[in-house]
Amino acid sequence: MNPVAETSTMETIQTTRSLTLVQAVTDALGTMLAEDDRVMLLGEDIGKNGGVFRATEGLQEKFGEDRVIDTPLSEAGIVGSSVGLAVNGMIPIVEIQFLGFVYPAYEQIATHVTRVRMRTMSKYTVPMVIRAPYGAGVRAPEIHSDSPESLFTHMPGIKVVCPSSPADAKGLLIAAIKDPDPVLFMEPMRLYRAVREEVPEGMYEVEIGKGKKVTEGDDVTVITWGAMVPVAKKAVEKAKAKGIQCDFIDMRTLFPLDRDIIAESVQKTGRVVVVHESHETTGVGNDILSIINKTSFLYMKAPIEKVTGFDVPVPFFALEDEYLPTPKRVEEAIEKVYTF
Amino acid sequence: MEELYPITQYVNEEGKFTDDSIKEEITAELVHSFYYNMLRIRTFDRKAKSLQRQGRLGTYALFEGQEAAQVGSALSLKKDDWVFPTYRDHGAILTFGANMPKVLLYWNGRAEGNLHPDRNIFPPAVPIATQLPHAAGAAWADKRKGNKNVSIAYFGDGATSEGDFHEGMNFASVFKLPVVFFNQNNGYAISMPIEKQMNSKTIAQKSVAYGMPGIRIDGNDIFAVYFETKKAFDRARNGDGPTLIEAVTQRFGAHTTADDPTKYRDQYEVDSTRDQLDPLLRLERFMKEQKYWDGKWEQEISTQINKEIEEAIVEMENFPKANVEDLFDHVFAEMPWPLREQKEQYLQSVRRDQ
Repeated sequence: MNPVAETSTMETIQTTRSLTLVQAVTDALGTMLAEDDRVMLLGEDIGKNGGVFRATEGLQEKFGEDRVIDTPLSEAGIVGSSVGLAVNGMIPIVEIQFLGFVYPAYEQIATHVTRVRMRTMSKYTVPMVIRAPYGAGVRAPEIHSDSPESLFTHMPGIKVVCPSSPADAKGLLIAAIKDPDPVLFMEPMRLYRAVREEVPEGMYEVEIGKGKKVTEGDDVTVITWGAMVPVAKKAVEKAKAKGIQCDFIDMRTLFPLDRDIIAESVQKTGRVVVVHESHETTGVGNDILSIINKTSFLYMKAPIEKVTGFDVPVPFFALEDEYLPTPKRVEEAIEKVYTF
Repeated sequence: MEELYPITQYVNEEGKFTDDSIKEEITAELVHSFYYNMLRIRTFDRKAKSLQRQGRLGTYALFEGQEAAQVGSALSLKKDDWVFPTYRDHGAILTFGANMPKVLLYWNGRAEGNLHPDRNIFPPAVPIATQLPHAAGAAWADKRKGNKNVSIAYFGDGATSEGDFHEGMNFASVFKLPVVFFNQNNGYAISMPIEKQMNSKTIAQKSVAYGMPGIRIDGNDIFAVYFETKKAFDRARNGDGPTLIEAVTQRFGAHTTADDPTKYRDQYEVDSTRDQLDPLLRLERFMKEQKYWDGKWEQEISTQINKEIEEAIVEMENFPKANVEDLFDHVFAEMPWPLREQKEQYLQSVRRDQ
């Protein structure tokens, strides 16, 4: 793990702390609450309870009830009132308890959060962050496990960010809060406490729209993000044992996608596996394929493989391991494109 | 419930006081301001309809009949307050200080139509009831800032069936926000009569569920609208939280210029009751009764209003053509690459044709 801030705003190398992903989120929120009085956190159970995943633990105590707000159970109300807060000068950071619970707020996001700038030719803007844990694999009840990023990447006017590591979570969340436009910040709940990493203290930003190379290799490009990074990583390691070197990319931002990191890698390998947890049809993987088609068509040596969730509603947890991409499926896809 | 929420009225259909407790507060200036603003927006509304019929304006939402509700509620707003209108409330925003050529531009499909200088006017809500949480949020920001500004959310009877109505009212109530929820109950949501929209007898009674004051007023009596809304604003400014106001009124015309109301209501009935309901006629009768009426003055303001509207139309029609770059430039502060590329490619293609 790389403890050095990659795009740190500080000139000197920052001191670091070993944090889990969820602690890194708390750290980012606390940093920005301290930095900017306009920042407000709104969500269900985020105050006294510190959030169902403890992502806002201790923040209400530290910053007060008018900055860290326990709201009614009301997703459209939270997002809708945050539009009003934002156009009148605040920076609302909304927690949706699970991304699968965002649907009541979808109208507010589709018709207002993402359109206020356009409808007012930038007179009014909505510098809002919508944070939500997403994804399957933690044996959660129904609806808690969705990964609906495509519903948002398709929607003009919002950026979509999805870190997979603690340091990226902090750096990208701070960048999202500072971003003048709305950002959907997807937190992989199965990685909340999966690993610890050295995370820079204080102000630390990672640029939105930039992917990251996890491992370098010349044979096959493997592209994924969020909770699928450790899954694909296992497959990449197994492939390596068989002599297949993977160029492994963590996209980190799903809109706008980092076209350059994709093109650079694909033009080197000519073979690609895209892995995502969300359903295959109209998944973000298709946008990655579109980028490859446009930038690297003549470099291709094999048809691209996608390993994704199936086109079924995210199932009851008894079958969620069948639904989710596995290292085995990814490994098979790597071999398939490698041996084509 | 109707007994619990009686309709507040100060001046009846004949222009006579039914309650003269506000008499001391009425000045010639106020009465003239009522009449001037109502005549102004009615003239605007009729002219806009005519422009649409001539193909000089897009589909237009008419508000004739609701002038007292819109003027009375907007007139006691202060410059720094926030207004969250629907697509039928340009009478209210014009009264608040919206720029008239911009209002016309909005109905001609131009985003510039939402840019009213020196006023906090949110773009009209086109989805139904989404503006109630917005108004709560803007009021919340003002509460945090510690100023005395208020927000007003306009909405119709149909909006009360939407979830956002509940969510906005609930937030405002829980956080005791300085906001007024101003309902214009005009009896119809496009074709849907209110009896089929809800099983409650009044809209005001819904305030009980949120623990906030709810009042039902004669929306055709500008005195009732003005004084009751002003009280609600005063409560909000003093930190006493939100109010729900139901102004019972009617639209005389269609839902929009694309709608034919004869399909769903008896237009004869609308026309035959008009003499009783028309808010402008009522005010005129009151002014004659109370000796505020001056035919010469009426002629003067009528001429002045027509001139203002004609000038606004000229300004709207002479406004520079929509700029194709604006299609791309106001989605993000900084254009992401997919958008930048789409813009460049499209502009190249456009320029090739030129």
